[in-house]
Amino acid sequence: MLKFECPNCQFIADETELSSGGEAHITRETHNSSDKKFSSYLFYRKNPRGVHFERWLHQFGCGKWFIAARCTLTMEVFGTYSAQTLKPPPSIIRKIKNKRPDWEGFSK
Amino acid sequence: MKRYSVFSLVREAARYNEGWERAWRSPNPKSSYDVVIVGAGGHGLATAYYLAKNHGITNVGVFEKGWLGGGNTGRNTTIIRSNYLQEESSAIYEKSRSLYEKLSQDLNYNIMFSPRGVMMLCQTEHELRAMKRTAHANRLLQVKTEMVGPQRVKDIVPIININGPRFPVLGGLWQPRGGTARHDAVAWGYARAASDLGVDIIEKCAITSVKKNGNRVSAVDTEKGIIKTKKLCIAVAGHSGELAKMCGFRLPVESVALQALVSEPIKPVMDCVVMANTVHGYMSQSDKGELVIGGGADGYNNFTQRGSFQHVEETVAALIETFPIISRLKNLRQWGGIVDMTGDRSPIISTTPVDGVFINCGWGTGGFKAIPGSGWATAELVAGATNQDLARPFSLSRFQEGRMIDESVAAAVAH
Repeated sequence: MLKFECPNCQFIADETELSSGGEAHITRETHNSSDKKFSSYLFYRKNPRGVHFERWLHQFGCGKWFIAARCTLTMEVFGTYSAQTLKPPPSIIRKIKNKRPDWEGFSK
Repeated sequence: MKRYSVFSLVREAARYNEGWERAWRSPNPKSSYDVVIVGAGGHGLATAYYLAKNHGITNVGVFEKGWLGGGNTGRNTTIIRSNYLQEESSAIYEKSRSLYEKLSQDLNYNIMFSPRGVMMLCQTEHELRAMKRTAHANRLLQVKTEMVGPQRVKDIVPIININGPRFPVLGGLWQPRGGTARHDAVAWGYARAASDLGVDIIEKCAITSVKKNGNRVSAVDTEKGIIKTKKLCIAVAGHSGELAKMCGFRLPVESVALQALVSEPIKPVMDCVVMANTVHGYMSQSDKGELVIGGGADGYNNFTQRGSFQHVEETVAALIETFPIISRLKNLRQWGGIVDMTGDRSPIISTTPVDGVFINCGWGTGGFKAIPGSGWATAELVAGATNQDLARPFSLSRFQEGRMIDESVAAAVAH
């Protein structure tokens, strides 16, 4: 079972008390955006076989959102951080690079 | 290819079964193919077979990273039905179901299609209303289904408990011509028939990169060298995103683990398929006597082919109320497969931003039932046939045009 440390309440939560909110750090498009960009925002998601950044809701806990860095292939959790973050913090990036030297890095 | 028949059985029985030949060839890849198909699962092999049979394109190479039929084709719960809500879905799934009916004869390979009937239970008022709507839609589209009351459900499925406190059975959507088939045999049958028509099936040979000339595919780099091709068809389910990345485009799919389990074998207790969508579980009994139980999908991206433990518990706990008889059965095996989910829970059969690259993916939790229809439609698309009506609605462009084929109600869980 997946376990995350919720950065909001510091509780180590099982996946059963969380719910996944999908890819993190998505740019919200507006009515001025092109159709292509808007459909990309609505439907197209990164689906990596490896390092992934995703939003989680501590639904049956403190009720707050956070972001987790996780490997979708091994289920290893690299770390969690505040949902009020525009891109992964350098400490998390460093941790991932240490464990996955081949990782291409975060990109939008 | 030697045909299988009662005479060949007798002949081989008389000579110690020494004359059987391998079902399909395992050639070395040629240096170029007219069409390269990635993925020797049901969808890839069916596409290859119909390309050869319906369109005369036989210079086809099917490349498979693992072994033939080892992905979701060998991991599903083998349910075949076509009681979908939308017109476009009904067309392709009903085509598929009707192809299944004669597939054993067509392929000269016993796929053990068993039209034993599929019962979709209604266990809440909402579900009852939704199923009635589906039944009306099915009738309009000439897909044979009917709404039945709780007592009729009990008559068809005697082991069911229709008076459960949490999940009473209020009715059911009954498709008498749905059923099951032997999933491995579907892959093997298509492989044998396609191979006989000249299709090369190359197992244990992964595609490592895709080479382009401008915006047109020119070759694929494989573990057995570079293979030139003008057309590339991707049919790799959960790993579609990886292949799309090699080609340089993105897909509106996310991969999640879906799991299933079987009980120890018991004597025959249930002769149809029962799907309980409210409780995220569905069950049928295999020819060996095992109860085959399908569960819910994980709620997050996942490539582990394993699935979360709590889903097993949720599924089984809920099914026990509906089927009290299963409460003391032992779990024999549990496994997972990686399914590719789209936003509207309908598949993608489409051209792509790269010229010459076609994609067949997004079947989510219900690809097995669609294999013949999907192969038929994809072959029409890849061959550039004049009639592409089956595939057209499922193009990638629908996500930009807002032309969704919303099957999330009919198919989000049980497929």
